[in-house]
Amino acid sequence: MQQEVVLALLAKEPSHGYQLRARLRQALGPLGDAMNAGQVYVTLTRLEKAGLVTSEPSPGLPDRPDRKVYELTPTGQQRVTDWLAEVGWPGPAPAEFHLKLVAAASARLADPLTIVDVQRRELFRRLRDAQRAAMDEPDGSDAGLLLEGLVLRLQADLRWLEACERHWTGRKEPR
Amino acid sequence: MSETADTVVLRTRELRKTYGSQAALVRAVDGIELDVASGETVAVMGPSGCGKSTLLHLLGGLDRPTGGEIWLAGRRVDRMSEKALARMRRDAVGFVFQAFHLMDELTAVENVELPALLDGRPPRAARRRAAGLLERVGLADRAGFLPAALSGGQRQRVAIARALANEPLVVLADEPTGNLDSAATVEVLRLFEDLHVAGQTLVIVTHDSRIAATADRMISMRDGAFIDETRLTGGTSGNLAGLAGLEG
Repeated sequence: MQQEVVLALLAKEPSHGYQLRARLRQALGPLGDAMNAGQVYVTLTRLEKAGLVTSEPSPGLPDRPDRKVYELTPTGQQRVTDWLAEVGWPGPAPAEFHLKLVAAASARLADPLTIVDVQRRELFRRLRDAQRAAMDEPDGSDAGLLLEGLVLRLQADLRWLEACERHWTGRKEPR
Repeated sequence: MSETADTVVLRTRELRKTYGSQAALVRAVDGIELDVASGETVAVMGPSGCGKSTLLHLLGGLDRPTGGEIWLAGRRVDRMSEKALARMRRDAVGFVFQAFHLMDELTAVENVELPALLDGRPPRAARRRAAGLLERVGLADRAGFLPAALSGGQRQRVAIARALANEPLVVLADEPTGNLDSAATVEVLRLFEDLHVAGQTLVIVTHDSRIAATADRMISMRDGAFIDETRLTGGTSGNLAGLAGLEG
């Protein structure tokens, strides 16, 4: 589990680990089943050691990770802000990008549509590069086939971004 | 025609087109501000129904705006008489459509020379130019073919040659690759690239990211308005190898 994802889900409000898991399950659906139940707690413990989150035991409950309420430190907050603004390449992986939008919307840290726009600009520049390289290849060249593959993947990514944009337009909270 | 000092060929200000009224008012084009420089290729992208085709029709004088201004090479288009508008469409604008819009009963070369003939050019000069244009789009050997005997990509190339017949100030293309398969799309993309290199001003509306990516500028349109703009020329980091899975 990527640390930034857990951090970003925590940006909405101080939460128990099980609440974070519920948010992940809601955002990922069946794909979330692949995650080990303990992963969130392992990640939270690492984040705490790194000074990105702090935890408070809930009053009257044993001092165990699953009973604590976790909260972002200012450093953690900054890390989330940086992650949301980051344009990864060749990634981000679909799940990471999706969770970025979910987290941005739920914590109201950034407009998901702005994140989509930034990513789209990047993808279009890549598509232009791939397209130009493909057009420079003679018809039927082997290398042209590889470039065609890149063009098709970038087009698929761009279509998914269109779907992301439709989904998050006029909507402020994950559903 | 008055020449303007700047290089903007096509300009709109506060351009609007609405249909219906009151509760049923549809703002198909809602306050568009566009400046297209000479020699520039601009792509306008958006889902169907976003108003991009309406915008293109307004730019080419095929439809009248509800409000705002359109300027083509320093001339105010939106206030022109019908007669002047028809003349402008013929002389100054080249249209390329998704469905090609070729005359089925005319051969390729006859389709291409038609705008010049309608413009009153001498038939021999019109034919010579049409033959030259077909050569330019790589179809010199298909000049005598009827559209039905041509592939989709070839038909669109004939349509593009026709759009160039009267040396237009701007070529306006509406989903030019919408009816084409991948190989034919590449044919058309190569041709647009050649036109771009030759300095032709182009405005393309499309939902095909592939053709939009060949533009100098890509504008995203939603609900009749421009929402984002990406300049695609220059400054790319170009790490295609990384995308292909070849770590540098």
